[in-house]
Amino acid sequence: MTSDFLSQALVYLGAAVICVPIAKKVGMSSVLGYLLSGIIIGPFVLGFIGKEGQDIMHVAEFGVVMMLFIIGLELEPAAFWKMRKAIAGFGFSQLFGTSILLSLVFILMGWQWTTAVSGGLTLTMSSTAIVLQTLKEKGLSHTSAGQASFSVLLFQDIAVIPILAILPLLATTAVVADEAHPSLLSGLPAWVQTILVIAAVGSIYGIGTYLVVPMLRVIAKTGLREMFTASSLLLVVAVAFLMEMVGLSPALGTFVAGVVLANSEFRHELESDIDPFKGLLLGLFFMGVGASINFQLIQEAPMQIATLVLLVLFIKFIVLFGIGKIYKLNNDQNFLFALGLSQVGEFAFVLLSFTGQLNIIDEEWIGKLTAITAISMMTTPLLLLMHEKFIHPYFGIKEKPVEKPGDVIDEHHEVIVAGFGHFGSTIGRLLRANGIAATILDNNPDQVELLRRMGFKVYYGDATRIDMLKSAGIESAKILIAAIDSPDINSTLVHTVRKHFPHIKILARARNRFDAHDLMETGVTNVYRETLYTAVQLAVDALGELGFRKHTATRQGQKFIKFDEKALAKLASSRHDLKEYALNSKDEIAIQEKLLQNDLLLSFSDNDHSWDSNFVKEAILGKDPETAPTK
Amino acid sequence: MSNRVLILFAHPLFEKSRVNKMLVNSYPAGVTFHDLYEHYPDFNIDIEKEKDLLTEHDIIIWQHPIYWYSCPALLKQWIDLVLEAGWAYGPGGIALKGKSVFQVITTGAPEHSYQKEANNRFTIRQFLAPFDQTATLCKMNYLPPFVTHGSHRIHKEQVNEQADAYYFLLEHLTNNDPDLEALKKYNYLNDWVKENQLS
Repeated sequence: MTSDFLSQALVYLGAAVICVPIAKKVGMSSVLGYLLSGIIIGPFVLGFIGKEGQDIMHVAEFGVVMMLFIIGLELEPAAFWKMRKAIAGFGFSQLFGTSILLSLVFILMGWQWTTAVSGGLTLTMSSTAIVLQTLKEKGLSHTSAGQASFSVLLFQDIAVIPILAILPLLATTAVVADEAHPSLLSGLPAWVQTILVIAAVGSIYGIGTYLVVPMLRVIAKTGLREMFTASSLLLVVAVAFLMEMVGLSPALGTFVAGVVLANSEFRHELESDIDPFKGLLLGLFFMGVGASINFQLIQEAPMQIATLVLLVLFIKFIVLFGIGKIYKLNNDQNFLFALGLSQVGEFAFVLLSFTGQLNIIDEEWIGKLTAITAISMMTTPLLLLMHEKFIHPYFGIKEKPVEKPGDVIDEHHEVIVAGFGHFGSTIGRLLRANGIAATILDNNPDQVELLRRMGFKVYYGDATRIDMLKSAGIESAKILIAAIDSPDINSTLVHTVRKHFPHIKILARARNRFDAHDLMETGVTNVYRETLYTAVQLAVDALGELGFRKHTATRQGQKFIKFDEKALAKLASSRHDLKEYALNSKDEIAIQEKLLQNDLLLSFSDNDHSWDSNFVKEAILGKDPETAPTK
Repeated sequence: MSNRVLILFAHPLFEKSRVNKMLVNSYPAGVTFHDLYEHYPDFNIDIEKEKDLLTEHDIIIWQHPIYWYSCPALLKQWIDLVLEAGWAYGPGGIALKGKSVFQVITTGAPEHSYQKEANNRFTIRQFLAPFDQTATLCKMNYLPPFVTHGSHRIHKEQVNEQADAYYFLLEHLTNNDPDLEALKKYNYLNDWVKENQLS
């Protein structure tokens, strides 16, 4: 732990903490915030970090590796299959059209075709981070433009993989093996390398399915959260390391690993474990990019850079707009779609650093293209503002978001059930019998495995974690059913959710009056005591056994439940007066005492006159001693 | 003069009822819509609450489909439980005195089958006799029903017409003091609406 490292960390973290919130405030995405903070601490403004920009890139590229892992995790093959037409249609035509046009531009500038093609492919990418975030913030995810954007971005994310595999084939010079990463493959001919890429991917699939998932089950059983985090990280690092060993792209490997695990019950848990690391490392990556933007190049050729930025934006816009026309997007939506995706995305940085390593594009142009990418990213908020202010009012028809079930990759239901033991599973079964699918969270791996065999969508994970709840889709869900066995954990869950997601309706299980009080204090009104309904049912049956008519006994039971819930609500407000008692048992007895006192005034059957002919007789004919009721 | 109108709605399968959905799709301001099957899915009627509701309104509507020539079970339960002796009828039972009540009903069969010679053998008014007498015993004015016949085969336009007529009726009752004796002369309230809606 050198002071050098500490001062570095201080600079990076400080810059991020200052710049990103400011960028968010101004309405830019966090990507831009990181880029700007990178520029500011970089050699051209404050000069806190000079050449190290290059060194941190190695660590920071790991953020991209993790991002691909998460993108892979989110790609559920079944959902992906549903969207295949849109993805192939929109995505393929965009990639193909844009890269051909851009490559032509580079060829006209006098580049070699290999260089031109890799440049074209690189700039074809749009920014998933910026676009998806913007769409989500503006609530446009489900409009046709949103769906089209999503298809294009997804296709691009996937296309990065084959592009990374193809790039070595475009290298004009033999790949110089990196000193730091001795590669087993360097020196082999390019076509062998390509075949090996495919073989490696296949092996990841096999190992992931038959080794990793069972291993995760074992680790999950230990019940230690940090073990799971450690194994998630280990998984990513191991895959990345293996890929580097054979000289392939680590990003490619982790993406495939993500896809393999997307169908396992650990999807949400892995996602929420990796997510913070991903976010930070990606941030670091963007800062590195910002720091390495070569302003000298921009100063030397401002016109050239500016022209190229405009040209790239224009070409991307034209291609996208054309595709939108072919697929019959209306004009307003089409503008949104084409302007929104006109920037160059973060994957361009990855591809650029890769082409740099392969010596496909020389260093000067790598610098220029990096600058172009970063600048184009900054134009998006402005272009969308323009769309909002001028284009949108001009066409003026706001398309209503059409909710298309099954079009959304994330499988989010309206109902989330946390805890699927005896209590929760009964709820889940009744819901399922009525065609209501729920997202189920449980932290007992054996239970999860069983339920998955029975065809339930169950995810393994700790429901009290905010990130876990988010990946289960709590932000778009309507109802949360808190049915965890342990009252303490269940209460923690309810408290967390009330605090962070106040919009959602909570139906909570409580073991007894105490838990019920506790939950009521958070403002939850739907509290269900395990003991109440079963105990009442038993009492009703007991009355039946004693000769009461079943219907009468049942009505008494119903009345008692109503009365008891009222009494509980009343006591909940006066509970703090009882808190002087240190011990729960004392407290419990005090509450019992109060309840029993109230009950003394209670006799349901005395003032129940329904269908009571004696009462009617008395009411109509006056008291008749001969037919006095014998109650 | 304005009247407070209470619709007591009883339909155990409302989600599948085309006609009733249209009828209650909109009602004028000042009308209280009270869905019994939604409030008492367990048939455990809150008698005091229901009595309060009745006290607060001037015109009561029982809106329900005709099942087996009568009302759905929960509305019968409501009548059994809420209209208590000494409150609604009998000595001192004057809580509902002077209020008006009528039924808004739907039948599967067409109007012509409710005739002496047809397959249902009795008219709708004959089948509704128990309700008529219930209201009378509670010292209320029993008005003719508002009926939608042939709900199985009725066209969308006809349902719309019925819904408009019902809305017109509700609005009239809410904002005017209706001439009860005149209204009682009609067989169905639909006939009164036809005469007045155009003018």
